[in-house]
Amino acid sequence: MLKIDNLHAGIEDVEILKGIDLNIGKGEVHAIMGPNGSGKSTLAQILAGREEYEVTGGAVDFDGQDLLELEPEDRAREGLFLAFQYPVEIPGVSNTYFLKAALNAIRAHRGLDEIDALDFLKLAREKMKLVQMDEKLLKRPVNDGFSGGEKKRNEIFHMAVLDPKMAVLDETDSGLDIDALRIVANGVNSLRDGERSFLVITHYQRLLEYIKPDHVHVLVDGKIVRSGGPELALELEDQGYAIIENEVRAATAAAASA
Amino acid sequence: MTAIVTDKPYLFADYDAFDAGLASQPEAVRALRKDGRERFEAVGFPTTRDEEWRFTNVAPIAKTHFRRANDEDQLDAAKLEPFKLPECIDLVFVNGRYSEELSEPEALPEGVFAGSLATALEEMPEIVTEQLGKHADPGHPFVALNSAHIEDGAFVYVPKGVRVEKTLHLLFIATSGEEAVVSYPRNLFIAEESAEVTVVESYNGYSGDKYLTCTVTEIVGHENSTIDHYRLGEESLDAYHLGTLKIHLERNANFFTHSVNHGGAIVRNDIQAYLGGEGVECTLNGLYLARGKQLVDHHMWVDHAMPHCHSYELFKGILEDQSRAVFNGRIMVHQDAQKTDAKQSSQHLLLSDSAIAHSNPQLEIYADDVRCTHGSTTGHLDDEAVFYLRSRGIGEEAAKSLLTYAFAGEVLDEFRLETVRKGLEEFLFTRLPKGDVVRQAV
Repeated sequence: MLKIDNLHAGIEDVEILKGIDLNIGKGEVHAIMGPNGSGKSTLAQILAGREEYEVTGGAVDFDGQDLLELEPEDRAREGLFLAFQYPVEIPGVSNTYFLKAALNAIRAHRGLDEIDALDFLKLAREKMKLVQMDEKLLKRPVNDGFSGGEKKRNEIFHMAVLDPKMAVLDETDSGLDIDALRIVANGVNSLRDGERSFLVITHYQRLLEYIKPDHVHVLVDGKIVRSGGPELALELEDQGYAIIENEVRAATAAAASA
Repeated sequence: MTAIVTDKPYLFADYDAFDAGLASQPEAVRALRKDGRERFEAVGFPTTRDEEWRFTNVAPIAKTHFRRANDEDQLDAAKLEPFKLPECIDLVFVNGRYSEELSEPEALPEGVFAGSLATALEEMPEIVTEQLGKHADPGHPFVALNSAHIEDGAFVYVPKGVRVEKTLHLLFIATSGEEAVVSYPRNLFIAEESAEVTVVESYNGYSGDKYLTCTVTEIVGHENSTIDHYRLGEESLDAYHLGTLKIHLERNANFFTHSVNHGGAIVRNDIQAYLGGEGVECTLNGLYLARGKQLVDHHMWVDHAMPHCHSYELFKGILEDQSRAVFNGRIMVHQDAQKTDAKQSSQHLLLSDSAIAHSNPQLEIYADDVRCTHGSTTGHLDDEAVFYLRSRGIGEEAAKSLLTYAFAGEVLDEFRLETVRKGLEEFLFTRLPKGDVVRQAV
């Protein structure tokens, strides 16, 4: 579904991603963990097409297409979804209007008719239940005045309505209490259907108790330094990132002195 | 001061004959004309050296040779259709003169007058002259120029305790041919104690027509009256508009005005409210869109003279290309005006790198127990918001259109008159590059 090959990228001449390789198959759930500043969010933003970042090398294939060639909206229309770490507040644009416009843009791209208002409302109500979202939040401006938890739930709600092939969750768990985390994780789990792929980016192992990944990768200083099964997350929880960071530093030093 | 106007003889060409033709109007009106002429001849057109006109250069207006509108300026009824407002009583003024033929008056409650100022001066001269010219600043150069030419315009009178259900639409239309025409609509609206009325003033013209509308509207809201007022500036893009709106409010009056502007090459609106009784609620909102080289200037002045009054101002401008906007928001709180609550917000959205907005809030507070706030922002569309929308599948142009519409939405939502709100929404859908997407979305 998503194949990242030796991806290098940065912003204003500072290299942040230093050669990322990642292969996510159809229906698989991969988790990327890493300390602050390791490049996790940069990776998410680059996948979604944020223009501020410059890709300096490598390739990304998304379901047979060159992802990096596509505009952000075309990536979404092809079925890529990014749940933002910091969902943007948009005063004046109602959550419903926004989502309907997004859904219709995606439907038009797939050659489908516009969804009519009644069907949309039915769909929205059904999907809201997945994240136990208050119906009042439909009418409110997008994320405007939402609590942290409401914003994250809103992201998962958008994902459920837009029905992507591949979802990237960027620290969707950060800042959530355990109840909110459970709700968000349940929402994600209910969208796991063996077809849809997920890339779950997180700082904390805690999320992975609720969303069980097939593969776990550790990102340090712009590179994936370890990959393994779910047990890797537990190992990190016990030992912390420091051990891995030290390993990386030692290896770099050894390479430099050799 | 020198008589700058001597090199603009066209403004007062055949003036004596014009004035003589209005000899039957009451003495007070003739005196207003005389005073207006004298004052304008003394001050002439302002220049950018004048603080009040620093960013608004009216030289292009001063340089144009305008002909005063006359009886021969007629209009085809068919050409009027696009400017009418559904569910309103359309009263039509061609170049500032009431047109009986084009207007569609309807029966109004007893004692209510809505129509020609000239007619009202014949039928109820005392009521009109008691207020006419008593509120707008006679020293303002274009109030003076307008006063010098008082002939006709709109007059609305609502007696004590009467509510006018249907909205009055005062449709001003300018016609212009080979020669640029100047018209001087002079309007006066009076709501007596506990009266209620909704009035829309719209200024319209045909694309390509060059003309000047120099207008003055005085509004008097007596005790406990409610006036909902809209001012729609839809002049031709080659036209000039110099407008003054002066509002005088008495105890417990409720007043709302919404100024919308997207027409005109140079538009200057002076909007001044005098809160002259306790417990007044006064809302002054505005939305303007400018593109090309349009210049739109709003000079606001809210004068809190008495205690316990509230004033709210929200003005938003959307600027494209090399257009410019000026917002000057003055709030004066007199010593007696304790417990004043005055809010002012002016926001500009720049859709190009060469559009310019000048925003200048001015607070003068002489009372010590008041709450006055003002805020002014100028900026481009938020990149992060655009990206967020795009990342959900909405195209770049559509995302920008949606965010621009949302910016305007805050003012639109305050419109209590649906027919005006819908008209403006429709205008925005047509104006925005991806308005069709916005229309479906909202």
